[in-house]
Amino acid sequence: MSHTPLVQLEAAAKAQLEQILAKGPLKPKDRTAIPQQEMPSQDALDRRGNMHQVALGYTPEQARVEAMRCLQCKNAPCIAGCPVNIDIPRFIARIAEGDYRGGIDVIKETSVLPAVCGRVCPQETQCQAVCTVGKVLKDVDLSVSIGRLERFVADWEREQGASELPEILASTGKKVAVIGSGPASITVAADVRRAGHEVTVFEAFHKPGGVLLYGIPEFRLPKQIVQQEIDTLRAMGVEIRTNFVVGRTRKIHDLMQKDGYDAVFIGTGAGLPRFMNMEGENLVGVFSANEYLTRSNLMRAYDLDRADTPIYSSRKVAVLGGGNVAMDAARTALRLGAEEVHLVYRRSRTEMPARVEEVQHAEEEGVMFHFLTNPVQILGDEDARVASMECLRYELGEPDASGRRRPIPIEGSNFKMDVDTVIVAIGNNSNPLIGQTTPGLELNKRGNIVVDESGKTSLEGVYAGGDIVLGAATVILAMGEGRKAAAAMNEYLSR
Amino acid sequence: MAYVLPRSYPLREITALIRHSGFFFFVLMNKIVRKRQLSDAVFRMEIEAPLIAEERKPGQFIILQVEHDFGERIPLTIADADLQAGTISLIFQTVGATTKKLAALNEGDFIADLVGPLGLPTHLEKVGTVVCVGGGIGVAPLHPIVQGLKEAGNKVIVIMGARNKDLVILEDEMRALADEIILCSDDGSVGRKALVTEPLKELCESAEKPDLVVAVGPPIMMKFCALTTKPYEVHTIVSLNTIMVDGTGMCGGCRVTVGGETKFVCVDGPEFDGHLVDFDNMMKRLASYKDIEHKASHTCKTEELLKRGGKS
Ligand SMILES: Cc1cc2nc3c(=O)[nH]c(=O)nc-3n(C[C@H](O)[C@H](O)[C@H](O)COP(=O)(O)OP(=O)(O)OC[C@H]3O[C@@H](n4cnc5c(N)ncnc54)[C@H](O)[C@@H]3O)c2cc1C
Ligand code: FES
Repeated sequence: MSHTPLVQLEAAAKAQLEQILAKGPLKPKDRTAIPQQEMPSQDALDRRGNMHQVALGYTPEQARVEAMRCLQCKNAPCIAGCPVNIDIPRFIARIAEGDYRGGIDVIKETSVLPAVCGRVCPQETQCQAVCTVGKVLKDVDLSVSIGRLERFVADWEREQGASELPEILASTGKKVAVIGSGPASITVAADVRRAGHEVTVFEAFHKPGGVLLYGIPEFRLPKQIVQQEIDTLRAMGVEIRTNFVVGRTRKIHDLMQKDGYDAVFIGTGAGLPRFMNMEGENLVGVFSANEYLTRSNLMRAYDLDRADTPIYSSRKVAVLGGGNVAMDAARTALRLGAEEVHLVYRRSRTEMPARVEEVQHAEEEGVMFHFLTNPVQILGDEDARVASMECLRYELGEPDASGRRRPIPIEGSNFKMDVDTVIVAIGNNSNPLIGQTTPGLELNKRGNIVVDESGKTSLEGVYAGGDIVLGAATVILAMGEGRKAAAAMNEYLSR
Repeated sequence: MAYVLPRSYPLREITALIRHSGFFFFVLMNKIVRKRQLSDAVFRMEIEAPLIAEERKPGQFIILQVEHDFGERIPLTIADADLQAGTISLIFQTVGATTKKLAALNEGDFIADLVGPLGLPTHLEKVGTVVCVGGGIGVAPLHPIVQGLKEAGNKVIVIMGARNKDLVILEDEMRALADEIILCSDDGSVGRKALVTEPLKELCESAEKPDLVVAVGPPIMMKFCALTTKPYEVHTIVSLNTIMVDGTGMCGGCRVTVGGETKFVCVDGPEFDGHLVDFDNMMKRLASYKDIEHKASHTCKTEELLKRGGKS
């Protein structure tokens, strides 16, 4: 894909906007004829050498033009496609009018983290999957760019400076402990605090933000955005205690019985990396994506001159997996100076769970994709460092339980890939620590916390949500669950 | 803007006020209340950390960071704790960039980040006679274990090894606890001129064959202790100190092979059956960043810090 610089996109949008405004009221046909606005981005070659944001965000003119593509259809399938049911046509109509404040206010009725979700939601499988414009044009990629518009108004608001703090009701004297500080917990902390309860967030790491901070890289989600969400919580009077591992520093029962917390929310995420259990996986140079990304993001190892935390220097890297985590790891490895990055995925391109945009970006940056391929073993040299990886090729067979066609190994298709680093990004299970240290807390077979439809666990006053309940899922789902649980907690505390 | 302290906050724990994003916030910091130099490169620090002091059990460790933004997270075993004073003791040897920066801090300074207690506690029960082997700095983590084993009613024989006389630490503390002490040094400047495995082998062969051996020290020492006890089928526990990042089971950086299975030292350990640990792989993994760390610990920044700090 050729790269169009920002100035050019901006100029084109200005001209388009003038034309549209001069033309008067738009008919549906006019709307679908407006070309989709391309997201301005850093040039692929440049961005391989830096950690800065890849997608730069729409200009105001681009946003307005893109917003005018929306048909404002009565049935609004996009609303149902959104896991938290944002009133999408309404916020887009505001943007089309140039009323950005109005646009962001509509989103904030239902979503707490628009600047984050606008960047990381898998829109093409949610709101944009069902968009009428995409249907009319017979291409889901040509749907209205709802995510980019969401990001635009959220960024616009941030650039206006201090946003107003939400109203906080008079103190109830009740205390709530929120465990973890990812999107589920941020949402609960805000919603519960607004109801007038005292809130303490307990985070194991030295910095709050969860996966938004330690997992998703700067080039996709600037850390300053996460920081701002945390600052807002603090300004609302939420206390944030980092370096506090619930289950170790203090157990849930002690928080409730000794420290007087009236309710607890568990949002500890899916932090237990899965490995493949193959030969050679403990060689030097094999990492979980969690470790690799945490070193680079949270510990800032990419800043070689300043950071004390080292990161493996690699020439040829294999990343195993096909999700967002795999894309993030592959693109981070490139930025850290790897000459070749190979993404090895067991199924085919269409089955990759990663966001389409991330796959595109990874490809543009030079990540090499090996579909229908799976490693058999990792081989080491005399120092037990990774020297190569043996793989097997697959073909697609019948659909399996998930509806995706099951990959079947092709016998005798073994081949060797020369690599010095292997990053395993095949998913996360739930971290067992809270379960092990909280008697009476019901878990399912996969180790996830069992909750009812309001987010309540088997223990009185204890709620849970996000990846610890859903298994590794998405930011928007974590936020949605948090909202639900917070409402139930506020209800419980008012009794 | 006025910031109201939540009632739950015991005032004693608030030791610093920092400015952040234009607001002032109280944060938990970890004040160094006492610092002593035990030998050339070994320091002992008592640090204010009341919650950890209350919860910690023998065998557990903390992870600390000397700088909030660019520091590295390193695990250190809790050598002792004082519940009344709300302090924990850490004993460490200056080997890398972080331990050097830590050693450069003084009484009254704060450690940027400290989290714990982490890991599973030592399984303490009465088994009879226990031989505890501590090598070098490994004597520090061994201390609370010996304490616990004594409290559980065991006879405890401690073998302490050091390269030379000046590197022996916690001798008095161990003498006060153990039923018997065997000191060894590489050069014979103190105790027997022998490796710790020598007296260990003798004990295994003696009439009073130990019921349990606990070995804590450099990986190579633990490996050979395990090899020594194996023919006598004496159950041998080792405490591993691998590279760690989070310390909560999230990253897998600390993984080791135990009995053919992958284990995470920070949550499944740090103690494992020494006869099952793949020490060779563990030692290779410990050297993952050898080249890079070498560079880091020689930066001028560290040198300068060292000259400024440290009362030694
Ligand atoms: C690399 C990567 C890329 C991703 N990309 C996307 C994407 O593009 N789009 C998308 O929608 N989703 C993405 N996800 C998934 C998404 O980030 C998660 O679904 C979401 O963050 C889950 O939120 P959460 O609040 O449940 O938990 P988390 O964000 O996982 O936060 C949990 C927090 O709890 C803390 N914690 C854990 N145990 C304890 C304890 N015992 N005591 C105290 N604190 C504890 C952890 O340190 C952590 O900070 C990605 C995930 C990763 C790892
Ligand atoms: S240190 Fe990360 S899992 Fe053990």
